[in-house]
Amino acid sequence: MTTPHVVVVGASLGGLRAAEQLRARGFEGRVTVIGEERHLPYNRPPLSKEVLADAGDNDPGRLHGRVEFRRKASTADVDFALGVPVVGSDLARRELRLGTGERLRYDGLVLATGLRPRRLDLPGPVQGRHSLRTLDDCVGLRAELAGLTEPSVTGERTSVVVIGAGFIGCETAATLVKRGCDVTVVEPFGAPMERVLGSDLARAVQRHHERAGVRFVLGASPAAYVEDPTAPQRVRGLRLADGTVLDADLVVESVGSLCNTEWLDGNGLDLRDGVLADNDLRVVGAERVVVVGDVARFPNPLFDDVPRRVEHWSIPTETAKRAATTLLAELTGSAPDPLPFAPVPSFWSDQLDLRLQSFGSPGLADEARLVEGDLDRLADGVLLTYHRLGSHVGTIAVNLPPARQRELREEFLARTPAIPVSA
Amino acid sequence: MKIIVDLNLCQDHGQCAIAAPAVFRMNDDGKLEYEEIAEESRRAEVEEAADVCPVQAILIEG
Ligand SMILES: Cc1cc2nc3c(=O)[nH]c(=O)nc-3n(C[C@H](O)[C@H](O)[C@H](O)COP(=O)(O)OP(=O)(O)OC[C@H]3O[C@@H](n4cnc5c(N)ncnc54)[C@H](O)[C@@H]3O)c2cc1C
Ligand code: SF4
Repeated sequence: MTTPHVVVVGASLGGLRAAEQLRARGFEGRVTVIGEERHLPYNRPPLSKEVLADAGDNDPGRLHGRVEFRRKASTADVDFALGVPVVGSDLARRELRLGTGERLRYDGLVLATGLRPRRLDLPGPVQGRHSLRTLDDCVGLRAELAGLTEPSVTGERTSVVVIGAGFIGCETAATLVKRGCDVTVVEPFGAPMERVLGSDLARAVQRHHERAGVRFVLGASPAAYVEDPTAPQRVRGLRLADGTVLDADLVVESVGSLCNTEWLDGNGLDLRDGVLADNDLRVVGAERVVVVGDVARFPNPLFDDVPRRVEHWSIPTETAKRAATTLLAELTGSAPDPLPFAPVPSFWSDQLDLRLQSFGSPGLADEARLVEGDLDRLADGVLLTYHRLGSHVGTIAVNLPPARQRELREEFLARTPAIPVSA
Repeated sequence: MKIIVDLNLCQDHGQCAIAAPAVFRMNDDGKLEYEEIAEESRRAEVEEAADVCPVQAILIEG
């Protein structure tokens, strides 16, 4: 094999970073990135924040320009095949089937197909139902918001129901209430983001949202969409299981995600929750295949040996580095990384005047301790540490000075069980 | 190498200061301060800083 060909499936953050990291490690063979979306890789976090907040220009090209990742010189010769889904694969033959009907051979493969929003299967009209993952989703939501607010014949505020009080749901609610919408969040389970934040901080964040005008209906299940009598097929409300009807000009469903792995069916891989990989991001049960980003389920020795998926923005970049090293070791015989791969998960979330910053995996904890600040004054800064069976597994800071992030991250590492860390 | 941070984009996340503390730091007011010219020997950490900036505000020239 003279010039191996690496194919990357998925053209978002993980796919882009994988291509960059292959080049950064001196790989000179062909690299092809195949993406179902028609856009070059762009940054998703602003879609529920800045981009959704502004009511201006809704031209998809110009919006894409605002969030597009910069193209590095090293990837100038990487081919991007956009608007093309991979629909099937035969990993034993190292062959992919594209939506165009073509077949594509590879020598090495990077899986970076991420997630898509789970949608609710509720009866009722379909117009006015949204989810938010892609730029096109955001354009659709913005277009509808503009259409609803512009005439304002009734003088009424646009009413929005957000289903699901996870991070994206809460960010969306915060952004839309700031845009002047009337926002209700419906959540069948606990307090907002409770699984990650723990109940005390979750309730405090809820109170903070409520003071800004967001309403929460917790413990309620959506049952059906209610039609607008004046516009058939248009949503006018959401009926809950107890019969209550909430007004809604539009609805945003943010009830979790599904992994984009159907195209890998039939290869004998473990696809129960994303793609199972070992600690080097090598896909278990396949050769010369690695996985990166939101869809990768891998063990992190910082915590234990249980493989987990991590849906944080920092993970595609971290996993791409390791996966590139692993893949090149298999393809070219270069040295693999002998150290365990133990990235510090880290995410942020902006909601109203709050910035939440997390290090580690607070979601694994059985106990949260308030270390600094007052939960009723989140905006002034609070710090919580999270513990599992007494050992420190996570830290969440709300509105603490950014100068302290480094120290918080290092403190987290210092207090976590002493396992060699590769980064 | 020359470093440009688009301060209209920068939201003071401080991730760059974790990745390349010799070049980027957050001052006592929580604002970013950075060196506009960095030694070539720091390229790897400056690139890392640019990669981890959540709003992709850092541009490296040369
Ligand atoms: C609205 C929003 C806000 C967010 N905010 C934050 C935040 O504040 N902080 C934070 O830490 N994280 C945030 N995240 C999470 C972060 O954006 C993700 O962790 C990151 O995008 C994961 O990147 P990825 O490349 O692994 O997957 P994705 O971004 O999901 O990309 C996968 C790509 O693969 C493509 N694809 C899928 N199947 C196929 C196929 N069969 N063939 C070809 N292509 C395919 C998809 O079209 C997609 O473009 C946010 C996410 C969203 C949606
Ligand atoms: S990481 Fe980006 S946003 Fe944060 S301080 Fe640095 S340049 Fe600004």
